[in-house]
Amino acid sequence: MEASPVENLDTFDKRPLQKILKKYTKKKGILIPLLQETQKIYGYLPRLALVQIAEATNTDISQVYGVATFYAQFRLTPVGKHLIRVCHGTACHVSGATRVTEVCEEELGIKDGETSKDLNFTLESVACLGCCSLAPVMTADENTYGRLTDREVRKVVEKLKK
Amino acid sequence: MAVSKNGKTKIIVGMASCGIAAGAQEVFHSLARHIDEMKLEVELTKTGCIGACYREPLIEVQTAQLPSVIYGDMTVKRVKQLLEQHLINGEIISEWAVVGEGIQTSDQDFFENQMRIVLRNTGEINPENIHDYVERDGYKSIQKVLKEFKPEDVITEIKNSGIRGRGGAGFSTGLKWQFARQSQSKEKYIICNGDEGDPGAFMDRSIMEGDPHSVLEGMLIAGYAIGAQQGIIYVRAEYPLAVHRLQIAIQQAKKRGFLGKKILGSKFSFNITLKLGAGAFVCGEETALIASVEGKRGMPRLRPPFPAVKGLWDKPTNINNVETYANIPWIILKGASEFARLGTEKSKGTKVFALAGKIKRGGMVEVPMGMSLRDVIYKIGGGIKDDKEFKAVQLGGPSGGCVPASLLDTPVDYDSLTETGAIMGSGGMVVMDNRTCMVDVSKFFLKFTQEESCGKCTFCRIGTKRMLEILERITEGKGQPDDIEKLESLAEYIKQGSLCGLGQTAPNPVLTTIQYFREEYEAHIHHKKCPAKSCRELIEYRVIPDNCTGCMLCARVCPVDAISGAKKEIHYIDPQICTHCGACYDACKFEAIDILTGVLAEEAKTA
Repeated sequence: MEASPVENLDTFDKRPLQKILKKYTKKKGILIPLLQETQKIYGYLPRLALVQIAEATNTDISQVYGVATFYAQFRLTPVGKHLIRVCHGTACHVSGATRVTEVCEEELGIKDGETSKDLNFTLESVACLGCCSLAPVMTADENTYGRLTDREVRKVVEKLKK
Repeated sequence: MAVSKNGKTKIIVGMASCGIAAGAQEVFHSLARHIDEMKLEVELTKTGCIGACYREPLIEVQTAQLPSVIYGDMTVKRVKQLLEQHLINGEIISEWAVVGEGIQTSDQDFFENQMRIVLRNTGEINPENIHDYVERDGYKSIQKVLKEFKPEDVITEIKNSGIRGRGGAGFSTGLKWQFARQSQSKEKYIICNGDEGDPGAFMDRSIMEGDPHSVLEGMLIAGYAIGAQQGIIYVRAEYPLAVHRLQIAIQQAKKRGFLGKKILGSKFSFNITLKLGAGAFVCGEETALIASVEGKRGMPRLRPPFPAVKGLWDKPTNINNVETYANIPWIILKGASEFARLGTEKSKGTKVFALAGKIKRGGMVEVPMGMSLRDVIYKIGGGIKDDKEFKAVQLGGPSGGCVPASLLDTPVDYDSLTETGAIMGSGGMVVMDNRTCMVDVSKFFLKFTQEESCGKCTFCRIGTKRMLEILERITEGKGQPDDIEKLESLAEYIKQGSLCGLGQTAPNPVLTTIQYFREEYEAHIHHKKCPAKSCRELIEYRVIPDNCTGCMLCARVCPVDAISGAKKEIHYIDPQICTHCGACYDACKFEAIDILTGVLAEEAKTA
């Protein structure tokens, strides 16, 4: 896991975070939902947010960091405006998921797991989206696309670029 | 399939995640618009997974005049014609029909060979409307239990049914409940494991999306039986629609008094909340799942004590998976003996499979235990896509194995499947044809388990890494003569030295492929040859001059401009530039691209 970039204390808007913190503290077993909601707001888990969560929940920062790095859902670096996730489940793998990722890489000029410099795109692999009958599958933002061919993938990416 | 009630016309759109991915949402909107414009009197509604995913989007049309018909491959373009022809003219469009009473279709085998207990409502009811569930005997089982059964009687009934856990390991559900019942504590928990993480499996998603109330009712009954007051559904965050529909279901059940305090006037109180998983495969293991619910890193711990004794917040906890709970209301309502009548001696009832991969009719299927793999794949699934040769079927995901053609007559039951080296698992069934390389498949699974290993046990953490490295070099043509033996001995150590199911079963995909496809490993290692022509480092693409028409299509799709040749001239692939992506092979319409492997590939490289 890459280290989170240093954020600027002055520009970090902690108001929405404080709202969630109020809702959750004092309940037990809240760390994961707390991190999930934080990520929903900021798109990732900023370092300053982790520190605040640790303080507010009276947990060691190491423990918060440990949980944040354990689960695939959490990211410590900013995510692109558009998130493309290519399914690499079994059915997709045998139906050409590797090629889908490659085409995305070609189109976006970034590698799997990377975010473009202009923060427009993030490309990811996921273990299984559970739409195996439509393999190969990918999601772009909220939409799921199935039975993909090179051309289909290019079309989807092109559309997002506009 | 339901018949039209009170002569009303009803159109039901299959709107599970995969249906929506295939375009069901657009079809739904288009139907609504046209029904409005044409001033038709139609009840338009949605349902979960109808099952025939290979024909998504699917819709069912019920009218008073015609038998109910399910249409497949629906598109926005087809909507108007469908409404005109079926509803106004009263004619069935047989070429679009997937199945319907009295209609001959090529797809009817898909439905007729199934037996639906778990999926009894999925694809039939609107999962966002509790009335639909109640109308089909929903929540009758919990009423029956609260009125007629002592908690012990429920456990006896579940034990008598013979049902075993549908999550993978196949432990007796009744016994599990009994252990949790026997643990003395005022506070107990029921957990539903909806963290379906096996790549290639989507049964639990379909159930939660298509019939969420049956899961809630199953949990209620379990709660009553063991004496718990609180239920938790641990569901993957990657399943947003399942989460959404479960939330709706919980709200509606509360409103109707099926959840909450003193349910239906009894002394039994029970509540259910959702916990969203954050993406860790190991959380399918029950002690890791509990750690995750408690907000910790999802790492398993040594058992005993089992969760039935010491589970969530150290209190007695019963964990079953989604499909297991969905079976419970049916068992209570129809009786244990009715359930025990189905299946084989030691595996009762039915099993839901997610049939996918190189199969003609992929989708959600439910079959009685004991049906042969051959029947599932050929009778229901219609055989291999593009009529290619069957090579293997992968069962049980990363914990399972690949079953070869010679064992296709193996019956689907826990013990017979375990004998093959695979496992029943949660129900992923991925079919592979002769273009699938078995070394690559085992590498695929090892890569998955290696990444998902939580790191607690050394053998699992480091052993899977070493195995993966060996598999990687084999597929790259750098295999060493004793690599197979190394894999086998590492596999043994990992199995013995791991705490939880993840590590104990991680070597299974490798071991079964070595067992049944050893010659394929040997071809990679000794002859630098991939018989399936799939491993990129071991193949070369070449134009077959006699077939090439010089259409330039391959040159256009090549991402690295490795193909040269003018229009109407035979093309040439430069092996020095080619990255072996296969785009030209897929694009060529004249079968003019050949894939070479082994000695031939070596020669082509230098030619």
